[in-house]
Amino acid sequence: MSQHNPVKLWRFHGGVHPPERKELANSTAIRSLPLPTVLYIPLRQHIGVSGNVCVKPGDRVLRGQALTEPGVYGGLPVHAPTSGIVGEVIEHPSNHPSQLPEPVLPISPDGQHEAMSFQALTDAMSLSPLKLIQHLHNSGVAGLGGAGFPTAQKLSQARNIELLIINGVECEPYIVSDDRLMREHAEGIIRGVTLLQHILQHEQQQPEAIIAVEDNKPEAISALRAALGETHSNIRVQVIPTLYPSGGEKQLIQILTGKQVPVRGYPADIGILMQNVGTAFAIAAAVDKGEPFMERVVTLTGEAFQQPGTAWVLLGTPIQHLLECGELNPSEQQRIIVGGPMMGYTVADPLTPIIKTTNCILAPTAVELPAAENESPCIRCGMCEQVCPASLLPQQLQWLAKAKDHEGLAKHNLADCIECGACAYVCPSEIPLVHYYRKAKAEMREERIEQQKSEIARLRFEARQERLEREKIERQERHKKAAEAREKALAAREKQAASDDTTPAADKGASDPIKAALARAKAKRALQQEQQQEAQQPAPAATDIDPQKARVAAAIARAKAKREAMAAEASNAAKTEQPGDNNES
Amino acid sequence: MTEILLLLIATVLVNNFVLVQFLGLCPFMGVSGKLETAIGMSAATTFVLTLASVCSYLVNHYILIPLDLMALRTLSFILVIAVVVQFTEMVVHKASPTLYRLLGIFLPLITTNCAVLGVALLNISEQHNFVQSIFYGLGAAIGFSLVLILFSAIRERIAAADVPVAFRGAAIGMITAGLMSLAFMGFTGLVS
Amino acid sequence: MIWLTGIITLAIMALVFGLILGFAAVRFKVEGDPLVDQIDEVLPQTQCGQCGYPGCRPYAEAIANGDDINKCPPGGEATIQKLADITGREAKPLDAAHGVEDTKKVAYIREDECIGCMKCIQACPVDAIIGATRQMHTIIADECTGCDLCVEPCPVDCIDMIPVEAKTERWRWDLNSIPITVVNTVEAKTAAAKNEQEQP
Repeated sequence: MSQHNPVKLWRFHGGVHPPERKELANSTAIRSLPLPTVLYIPLRQHIGVSGNVCVKPGDRVLRGQALTEPGVYGGLPVHAPTSGIVGEVIEHPSNHPSQLPEPVLPISPDGQHEAMSFQALTDAMSLSPLKLIQHLHNSGVAGLGGAGFPTAQKLSQARNIELLIINGVECEPYIVSDDRLMREHAEGIIRGVTLLQHILQHEQQQPEAIIAVEDNKPEAISALRAALGETHSNIRVQVIPTLYPSGGEKQLIQILTGKQVPVRGYPADIGILMQNVGTAFAIAAAVDKGEPFMERVVTLTGEAFQQPGTAWVLLGTPIQHLLECGELNPSEQQRIIVGGPMMGYTVADPLTPIIKTTNCILAPTAVELPAAENESPCIRCGMCEQVCPASLLPQQLQWLAKAKDHEGLAKHNLADCIECGACAYVCPSEIPLVHYYRKAKAEMREERIEQQKSEIARLRFEARQERLEREKIERQERHKKAAEAREKALAAREKQAASDDTTPAADKGASDPIKAALARAKAKRALQQEQQQEAQQPAPAATDIDPQKARVAAAIARAKAKREAMAAEASNAAKTEQPGDNNES
Repeated sequence: MTEILLLLIATVLVNNFVLVQFLGLCPFMGVSGKLETAIGMSAATTFVLTLASVCSYLVNHYILIPLDLMALRTLSFILVIAVVVQFTEMVVHKASPTLYRLLGIFLPLITTNCAVLGVALLNISEQHNFVQSIFYGLGAAIGFSLVLILFSAIRERIAAADVPVAFRGAAIGMITAGLMSLAFMGFTGLVS
Repeated sequence: MIWLTGIITLAIMALVFGLILGFAAVRFKVEGDPLVDQIDEVLPQTQCGQCGYPGCRPYAEAIANGDDINKCPPGGEATIQKLADITGREAKPLDAAHGVEDTKKVAYIREDECIGCMKCIQACPVDAIIGATRQMHTIIADECTGCDLCVEPCPVDCIDMIPVEAKTERWRWDLNSIPITVVNTVEAKTAAAKNEQEQP
């Protein structure tokens, strides 16, 4: 229930109040959608390398069946969200601003939506945290807050967590996925929180849990409080004032605790772990029902949708299917935005699949969200600095990014920019600030990678030079030793020959092997010379040599001919340039 | 004590050597591209100015005046300054080869910095005693450093800004220096 | 006589100062020339020889001795700019006589045609090719700098230089490179239907 003592809240620097526009999609319950005609399951939806595909093209898979094995570096497996026939792995435009192709496994649903038998973990609270983490890893649970970090990895790396924050803030306009989830599935979320507390315990102490919600979601707050009841003494619901971007990890930590996460550090460094409400719900489903992560709540919003709202969407659903289910009324130059108006990105290929981190499809009309195309010069008004939640200097970052001054950008802490878009929102000159920062970050990252690579190449080159030197010296040593040995042998033989008459029979035997060896070597050399003369003759007809040699000889001849042709071309070109210019028109 | 303080304020702000008396403009315009270089140059010039001020006072007081050789003042001061600068160059080269390379030709050019010779000669014309000479040199150095660092910080920002093509480089630098000079002339009358 | 006093005084002062300086010169002696190291760090280390020198370090030494800074195609404009900053010289455009800046490429051996002659291995300046006599040769793609030196020696011409694949984590936010920019919902419907038909 409500707190007995008022709890202190802090503020982060800046923040903006864009129009919330949540009413477009938050009044209807989360609905289920008809099955799409095809699903494109990307093999990799977050960091880490994807595992091997463990189904063959043409196989029939059931809902919940694993399609890939877990990969290295924390790569999660992906599962089939519905029953159907698996196709071949193809390259398909990814759900990423670049839309670069990535490997994708297509599934044709057979309409039966038949699930495999799920293995729930009974009596989860008695299992060790390690077992639970392993189960979450195999269930493919990832962070649903935006970055999609593999949850199992985050939990296994956490040490000494004293505070668990469950992020139900959902500060970005238009998006209502977490809002509806909290309203309709509060018990599932609370269950996920208790599981997390169990996993994160250390020295028999469970961390305290705070579920943070913005004050523009009164129904969600009461649903959570009702589900909480009086039973969970170390979980509480905290209401925070609506401000964008309160839902950012560092900002929310600062609001609730007043502490700042160290630069280039993690919240775990100060004993805090944060998870999204959706992740908590997925954890509960994975443990209590044995269900792997196969679907998530996606908001369909924007005035171009005639049926906006929220829906349970199977992972891998092409956006086209959602546009149809939401009854999109496209205008000319209709934009489809994955994510919200502040941090989302436009995708153009309608077959782009929904992945674990997609929380919203926004289809605005041109009047509702006009595209920002009129960039004017910076007037140095300073509004951007006033709203930056990371206390940076966006104006100076913009000047430095345009001047490509990477040193200056590093000094002004470009790496701490969370790309929330508040600065671009307030800019009166409509400068796409976040785009400049992203570009600059990419360029700096590329430069750093190139620098590392050239450093390694230099080391390899120097090592190679050393090796060649070493081999040369060794060769010279060997030659010297061989020469000395030869001379010694010669001297010994001559001495033998001089004292031949007086040698007993045993010594004669000693010199004979040397003579015999010398004779053998001479004969061998003569044979080699003969063979060399044979080899120098032109390549004999292909009929009497084995086919491999023939292929080799043919390829060598081809390469030689190609080089000669190129050389002839080059000399021809040179020749035609020489004669007088009076031929040119 | 108050006298020293007033002397410092007068030298650093009111009669700033660079912006009000317009001495030492060469390194001011030449080394103010980057902040690190400017700080390095300020340190080097401070060292030279203070040391040169003291040495020239001693040379003047104990060699030139007793031997009645005041006519050789300029010559011997130049000699002293050249030696001090050469010494400074060696120290900088050893301590920080990067700074040595960044300063480049401007390090030996401190010899011809009119502010250094100016301080030495002004000490004589203002008839400062030994202590006053030290602080006069120190004040001149602080004033020079202050202005050089301010100017280089501004120039770093201008380098990234959207300057019209005709004004880029030295031109906008000169205009900025002129505006700074106007600002510093506002200190006139602070110390009578 | 005053001028004699003057000359003698100056001479003595100069002598004294000269001694001080001489002493200081010995005391503060500096060895070596770190400039060459700094230049070498900026060069891309492909050891390709396109600048006309047998490797990046010889070119660095040449630059320190006054050679032009615009001879390195793999380094491109970015490297010329950095060299200009280090040497204090003006940044000139890349000298076309030494090559043009091209996309990053990696070598690839067509293994069916390889005869195991070891010639490419001997040519590679960073030992990025694995193999032994009459055994298969292959390129370690991560270590290949794209210097192109292995293509010539191959007697069967089985080495290709292929451009490095673009990946989402290395994307440079070049929005102009994305092919379509506007959703075409009609086209999408037909494409989806076609995809469904092609699936077994």
